[in-house]
Amino acid sequence: MTTSHAEPVDGKLPHEPEKATLEGRNKLVGFWLFLGGETVLFGTLFATFLALRGQTNDGPTANELFHLPLVAAATFILLVSSLTSVFAIQAMHKGKRNALALWLSITVVLGLGFLGLEIYEFYEYVKHKEFGMTTSAFSSAFYTLVGFHGAHVAFGIMWIGLIIGQLFRKGLTVVTAPKVYVSAMYWHFIDVVWVFIFTVVYLLGKVG
Amino acid sequence: MDWITTVDHKKIAVLYLIAGGFFFGIGGIEAILIRIQLMKPMNNFVSAQVFNELITMHGTTMIFLGVMPIIFAVMNAVVPLQIGARDVAFPFVNALGFWTFLFGGLLLNLSWLMGGAPDAGWTSYTPLSGSEYSGTHGVDFYTIGLQIAGLGTLIGGINFLATIITMRAPGMSYMRMPMFTWTTFITSAIILFAFPAITVGLVLLTFDRILGANFFDVAGGGNPVLWQHIFWIFGHPEVYILILPAFGIISEVIPTFARKRLFGYSSMVFATILIAFLGFMVWAHHMFTTGLGTVANALFSISTMLIAVPTGIKIFNWLFTMWGGQIRFTAANLFAVGFVPTFVMGGVTGVMLASAPADFQFHDTYFVVAHFHYVIVGGLVLGLFSGLHYWWPKMFGRVLSETLGKWTFWTFMIGFQLTFFVQHFLGLMGMQRRIVTYLPNQDFDLLNLVSSVGAFLMGVGVILFLVNIVITTRKPADAPNDPWEDGRTLEWSIPSPPPEYNFKQTPLVRGIDAYWKEKMAGHTEMTPAEPVGSIHMPSATPLPFVMSVGIFIAGLGLMFSKDDFGNAFMNGLFNNYIVVIIGLLITFGAMALRSLYDDHGWHIEPEDQDEKGVRT
Repeated sequence: MTTSHAEPVDGKLPHEPEKATLEGRNKLVGFWLFLGGETVLFGTLFATFLALRGQTNDGPTANELFHLPLVAAATFILLVSSLTSVFAIQAMHKGKRNALALWLSITVVLGLGFLGLEIYEFYEYVKHKEFGMTTSAFSSAFYTLVGFHGAHVAFGIMWIGLIIGQLFRKGLTVVTAPKVYVSAMYWHFIDVVWVFIFTVVYLLGKVG
Repeated sequence: MDWITTVDHKKIAVLYLIAGGFFFGIGGIEAILIRIQLMKPMNNFVSAQVFNELITMHGTTMIFLGVMPIIFAVMNAVVPLQIGARDVAFPFVNALGFWTFLFGGLLLNLSWLMGGAPDAGWTSYTPLSGSEYSGTHGVDFYTIGLQIAGLGTLIGGINFLATIITMRAPGMSYMRMPMFTWTTFITSAIILFAFPAITVGLVLLTFDRILGANFFDVAGGGNPVLWQHIFWIFGHPEVYILILPAFGIISEVIPTFARKRLFGYSSMVFATILIAFLGFMVWAHHMFTTGLGTVANALFSISTMLIAVPTGIKIFNWLFTMWGGQIRFTAANLFAVGFVPTFVMGGVTGVMLASAPADFQFHDTYFVVAHFHYVIVGGLVLGLFSGLHYWWPKMFGRVLSETLGKWTFWTFMIGFQLTFFVQHFLGLMGMQRRIVTYLPNQDFDLLNLVSSVGAFLMGVGVILFLVNIVITTRKPADAPNDPWEDGRTLEWSIPSPPPEYNFKQTPLVRGIDAYWKEKMAGHTEMTPAEPVGSIHMPSATPLPFVMSVGIFIAGLGLMFSKDDFGNAFMNGLFNNYIVVIIGLLITFGAMALRSLYDDHGWHIEPEDQDEKGVRT
């Protein structure tokens, strides 16, 4: 309990720096809980989407809209970004700050790539397929579910970006390590949600 | 300024108490106005529109802005002390939770001053809450205000969960935690899994109203019943968010004043968990008349009735705790003992309503109103009164006047029974809820008058409680560590009010009712688990306040983003989402500041740790 606030001992990082202090452990526990809440949030959005996915109101249907190669590319990029965030954590556990920052930066760049593809996709739908928020219950549910995920990606990019800044300002310490760790957890979570979106929204949209 | 920047859980508790009490007062005034309108047939005290606004705001205010924050006040004041912690897991987040709740509540209540309050009922059923039937900004205040307030509740819940998981004193295993801590833990878990659902529901309704989405609009392919599902998958667990903390309070107060340990502690714990679990399984019992079909109705009917089993276990455990005890009827204990039969009655009518065929008769009558007020007022509010009388000396260092406390109890209790007991019969005779008035000579006249008189009496009870607070506050703080002399849990082992760091040395817990156990072993204080040392504290910060102001501004901006102000400057400001962006920039800016500058906190050295309470 007394190790609540600690600088790295003798400049050396402990084995798992994210769990070295009480504050770090609190952060990890709190973040797991937060992700539990996020699961309900996305669960409700998925339920809404599933309830309304057939209600196209004479607008475009999922089958007419979706272009799987584009979505597959976005999926690939996002899955790879999860892998690079794992490499980042491995670099952190070896105490290599620069490698950590590099892998995090690659993760951010991949995230930006994914977000770019999503914005392009939305733009195409709105401009060329006349598929907007107000078109049908299906369109409202689609943009809300996928858009919420996109907003999470955008938030993650800003967050990890700030953490990279902190790594250079303050170095890899027992204060910054838990932040890196929970942001990586967040990134994996976003990735898992996307896997469900890819299946439930896009694949099911193409076949069902 | 001190109060705006504080991250101390004990001060945040006081803030929650003041803000929750303020909104409780507003909700109470709304209730009195409703009862004045219904006092006699064909009354025209308020218009039908204002009546709709009153019932909507009464329900919404009482649940989200009145009782829940007062629960959070008690939790913040008591839980860290009960588990022997110096602080909560996330002091900053704790403060943020309070400020977002407060600004959400203020936004919601601004609606009275800015063109009409929400008027679609506290459940905001679609399509009644859609733009077509609710053209004013009322429902926008509801969706956006509740969204902001709900955010505060959610992060408060995460904070309590993490605190209880990671910050317990050495020796305090889960099965040694006091019952109030247990119910806080389970309540927070329900909050965590229920609130995101209403978050999504409110977003969908906001999108329907402001962006023209079609979630609940049948013409666009939407489905109004979807709102009911989302609302109640949150709304039913919400009932247990409200009542479980009351169960926890009763489980602390009754053993203290019966001088006996709680009967069946472990069955109480598992009953609590079971109630929370079943609470998520029964949401559609609010929707029997929606047309779900007989199979769904039967399943939800049975699962609802199952909840009576763990609840019955609790009731009998309280009775067995009192059995053979040396009971002292202090004001706190009067409320606790009064809670038991009243809550049983709310439970029995609950089982009646759970029977789907019977519910077709009871639905939307005053029988339902009577049922849930027996549960929420007769359960939760009595529990809160009990808890406030019980822990007041710990929070403020002053014992509330027992005489006034007993007067509060009797006026409130008699008023409560007068108000709501007769409503069962009004309901059975066919009086509908949510109607602005009724015809004379339908046998409704006398019972409604009785009900209104009872409501005034409850108002008198609340005023007596306020008088008690004022009188007590004028006295010097002189409460001893253990003012009831039979305190069982850790909070009674430290000064009243507790010093800023709570425990000079983290206590070593050797069993259930840790402090009682030490007292029985002949000790006067807890055995410390660590030597006296420098105590690390988090720094005060205005950032949670600033972040909440930002969210508040963004919410207002979003609400008026479609309006024509007849003024080019204002139109440009709101219609281009500039106000929204400014608000979000304030919030994200504060988040970035928080990210860039670490809070290293400060230390209280051993020579500065005097054992007196440092706070008024």
